[in-house]
Amino acid sequence: MKSSNNKKHLLTGNEAAAEAAILAGCRHYYGYPITPQNELINHMSIRMPQVGGTFLQAESEIAAIYMAYGGAAAGARVMTSSSGPGISLMQEGISYLAGSELPCVIVNVQRGGPGLGDISPSQADYFQAVKGGGHGDYHNIVLAPASAQEIADLVYDAFDLADRYRNPVMILGDAQLGQMMEPVEFRKTPRTHQTVKRWALTGAEGRARNIVKSFYPVKGELETFNIRLQRKYRAVEQEEVRYEEVNTQGAEIILVAYGTCARICKEAIRRASGTGLQIGLLRPITLWPFPKEPLRRLAKKARAFCVVEMSAGQMVEDVRLAVLDRCPVHFYGRMGGGVPSSREILKKVLNILAPEGTLELEIPEIPTELGKGLYFSTIP
Amino acid sequence: MQALYSAPETLIRTPSHYCPGCGHGIAHRLLAEIIDELGIRGKTIGLAPVGCSVLAYNYLDIDMCEAAHGRPPAIATGIKRVHPDNIVFTYQGDGDLAAIGMAEIVHAASRAENITVIFINNAIYGMTNGQLAPTTLLNQRTTTTPEGRDPLTHGYPIRICELLATLEGASFLARTSLSSPKDVSQTKEALKKGFKTQIEKKGFSLIEVLSPCPVYWRMSPVESLKFIEEKMTQTFPLGVFKDWEKTVSAPGGQATKV
Repeated sequence: MKSSNNKKHLLTGNEAAAEAAILAGCRHYYGYPITPQNELINHMSIRMPQVGGTFLQAESEIAAIYMAYGGAAAGARVMTSSSGPGISLMQEGISYLAGSELPCVIVNVQRGGPGLGDISPSQADYFQAVKGGGHGDYHNIVLAPASAQEIADLVYDAFDLADRYRNPVMILGDAQLGQMMEPVEFRKTPRTHQTVKRWALTGAEGRARNIVKSFYPVKGELETFNIRLQRKYRAVEQEEVRYEEVNTQGAEIILVAYGTCARICKEAIRRASGTGLQIGLLRPITLWPFPKEPLRRLAKKARAFCVVEMSAGQMVEDVRLAVLDRCPVHFYGRMGGGVPSSREILKKVLNILAPEGTLELEIPEIPTELGKGLYFSTIP
Repeated sequence: MQALYSAPETLIRTPSHYCPGCGHGIAHRLLAEIIDELGIRGKTIGLAPVGCSVLAYNYLDIDMCEAAHGRPPAIATGIKRVHPDNIVFTYQGDGDLAAIGMAEIVHAASRAENITVIFINNAIYGMTNGQLAPTTLLNQRTTTTPEGRDPLTHGYPIRICELLATLEGASFLARTSLSSPKDVSQTKEALKKGFKTQIEKKGFSLIEVLSPCPVYWRMSPVESLKFIEEKMTQTFPLGVFKDWEKTVSAPGGQATKV
């Protein structure tokens, strides 16, 4: 495919991620096969040679993340991708990337866990994406797209953020978003800002040598470095929080969900319209930095929050930390590849508003073949 | 007056952190001499991973990258693919290369990755107080084999050159030692050949250097050199195992004497 065409392409989210990376100037991709991200690695294997880039299938996810580390250290825009089990293997390398302050874009197309789990959509990698995952005090910048189009848009931004903050950026998708085909329009001119990397390893000809490292054995040095890292993270928290609000004005209950779950929540809101139920949605687009302030603002007016996740409850901890006891925070989750339906979410909402079961609602049906939790409203 | 011998420019003058009698200092100096002689200081990028030599960047005045334990061949691959005309080498110990990093070294060799690997084999984990290494000799005492390495419990030493010689992607493989002036000079020749292999884009090169660790071998420096000559070379015979110039190729690992 030609990237420059300013028209809509029907692509899986995985392919959209690969193509957007190429448009953002990424010419070095390293990966290892794992479902449900295989469309990404396959697409890269075709496209990278066409644009004069490097595609290499590594011997493991461990090798893939360190090849990406090498490319990043050499000053290139690099990407790798995987899914849960493979991301677990990459965690050491991601910690090293953060510790060496190297920019790198990592796509995690989440699947069900723990262990081998299954290949269905899941959001149970929130902790390992957002809370560090590897060893030491560090953060990834974590972006959570909710459509193939948004995957493309966020991948451009991911490269810019990685370069600007010299930090790993993770795109946190899931099997649903990665493998579902949707129309995608690529920006004619990607608004990416390539920075000059004076710290990169290029050979020390004509300048003082550069050293890429995360080792600070002299007493005190490591703490000083950590303080600097934390200052950087505070700056990211100040500058880079992104979220979407739907119908929050006057909402009694605010759903909080990201990615696939956020789309199902939108469907729930649509089905409840006209019923008198006032439901809003806050959709974090950045999971780290987390949109704490908007949640605090909404906590002053809403009766309750309900966090919806495809997990046993991971992001809900951050919502609770953000609103503290200002407002009750409920949770509805499905695990192990289970995907919540909009009907389930509405039932949960009714249960929150009237636990004694006095509130009933005629929920309009949706076509049965699409009604098993896999029906999505279109993202605006 | 003409200077006949001086310190290499690439070698940074700084106190050494290595133990008395350690081989790393000699290997570092050889590397610095070669980088000077080949005139590649400005375009060489070195990698030093976890282990005693993680601080190699303190001694070599070139662009350098620290590496996680065992991962230098993968990182070097990433660097080399971005800068194919730079010279990229890794400097790895036996635990790093032959234990935790075995997958990375085998696959870098099989891809004929155009990098040079300096493999320091001292049959011990120096940085962590002398534990069993994959190259520890049979019956050799270490902190984790206090009664000596018993093959029934701890397996046999791994011969890296012989193992990699079975791979088409490996272009130059040699094992040398630092136990005598003659061996040091042969090591230098082999290292130079490794860099030449890369400069001429002939693919993967690895030089295994038998190196003394008197502190954790519980020996004097002089005894440790004798140990290399009398014991280590029995398990790890010196020689060239693969040479793209001479088509010396020994699948299965029969060493060909230089």
